[in-house]
Amino acid sequence: MAKLKLALYWAAACGGCDVAVLDINERILKVAELADLLLWPVALDFKYRHVEAMPDGHIDVCLFNGAVRNSENEHVARLLRKKSKVLVAFGSCAYMGGIPGLANFFSRREVLQHVYSDTASTVNPGGTVPLEKVRIPAGELELPTFFQRVRTLDQVVLVDYYLPGCPPVVDQVWAVIEAIAAGNLPPPGSVVGASDSALCDECERKKDEKKIKQFRSVATYRPDPETCLLEQGVICCGPATRAGCGAKCVKANMPCRGCYGPPPGVTDQGAKMLSAVASVVDSDDPAEVERIISQIQDPAGTFYRFSLPSSLLNGAHRKEIA
Amino acid sequence: MTFEPKIVGILCNWCSYTGADLAGTARITYAPNVRIVRVMCSGRVDPTFVLHALRGGADGVLIAGCHPGDCHYQAGNYKAMRRYELLKRVLDQFGVEPARVRLEWVSASEGERFASIVNDMTDKIRALGPFKEAQG
Repeated sequence: MAKLKLALYWAAACGGCDVAVLDINERILKVAELADLLLWPVALDFKYRHVEAMPDGHIDVCLFNGAVRNSENEHVARLLRKKSKVLVAFGSCAYMGGIPGLANFFSRREVLQHVYSDTASTVNPGGTVPLEKVRIPAGELELPTFFQRVRTLDQVVLVDYYLPGCPPVVDQVWAVIEAIAAGNLPPPGSVVGASDSALCDECERKKDEKKIKQFRSVATYRPDPETCLLEQGVICCGPATRAGCGAKCVKANMPCRGCYGPPPGVTDQGAKMLSAVASVVDSDDPAEVERIISQIQDPAGTFYRFSLPSSLLNGAHRKEIA
Repeated sequence: MTFEPKIVGILCNWCSYTGADLAGTARITYAPNVRIVRVMCSGRVDPTFVLHALRGGADGVLIAGCHPGDCHYQAGNYKAMRRYELLKRVLDQFGVEPARVRLEWVSASEGERFASIVNDMTDKIRALGPFKEAQG
């Protein structure tokens, strides 16, 4: 059998997905046995022109991580779509927008203002901001265009498979690579490397009726390690999150943050999480309900932490962002 | 052409839908801007429905159920109230103006009240303008 032609790419991402690939440890040698790597910016020195020179459909599988934040991300997404037989949205950012997608609560101007001027750690007396074009004696330099909104990979090009996780857990990555090598793939459009139930099904904590009088943050409260976190008032996204990660966070006594995305049949993960949390508030008195619910800090950011660009509203709806 | 808001009204079967029906049989004149969807209980209203309506072109969403204590299923309207309290905060972060999404209690005998809620909501959303215009 001919070796699998594999490409890995990162767009708007933190690099954690690439580390997840390396975390398969010594099995990485088996990847090299199974596959020829044609592009992997984090580890190997290939140029875009090498990809441009390939015939269309030359790459068998491309694992694409990161969201589409700027014109370079978009350009390479289109290029790799054309050159790849199978394109996999790898990790939460490519799949749903991920953490970079939270910027969709703000406009491009607000993001640049915050980063280049307002944060406590910014020292920028000259008020330098990135420009798309700048003329220097040696010629004109260009930077990619920073878009108004973060998009998911499938909002830009057709995606064949989605592999969720921030990052995807190592064993799932390996299982998917093996499935690809064996040509043993589900129908296009499927989520791979995850389960078909909610995380609560996988979670081993004791679960009882949920009644919440007080919401708590793990920054100031150490949860009991045996009992359901939500029952303790800690917002755990298990009810609205796809299983498949092995409940790693929950086993470490940390609440699920929702990185595996919505379970099958759910279109908007944040709305489902909102629904689950609000309905277990233990009061029928409007004033008390308001008091309890006001304890939830940044509810939209919490419920849509990884899925904002793929959600029904995509992000904030203000004139400035339109 | 002047802007006419499209409002999706999600009404519970037992009180609010009957209230809206009464507004009709009593021949009360009110704004024709609401498109009514009947559900069995306001407790059935998943926040996803509200977002779907806004995404699909609605300028506002009215959720209406039985008054507290009157729910046909005992507690459905309390669930709706809790979800609405949290949904309001989430919508605020999304930049959706509070007047666009409302939860109201309308009993089966409150045809007048239903009509005045729809009129008031229509006026307020007409002043805000279309929701889609503020969409990216």
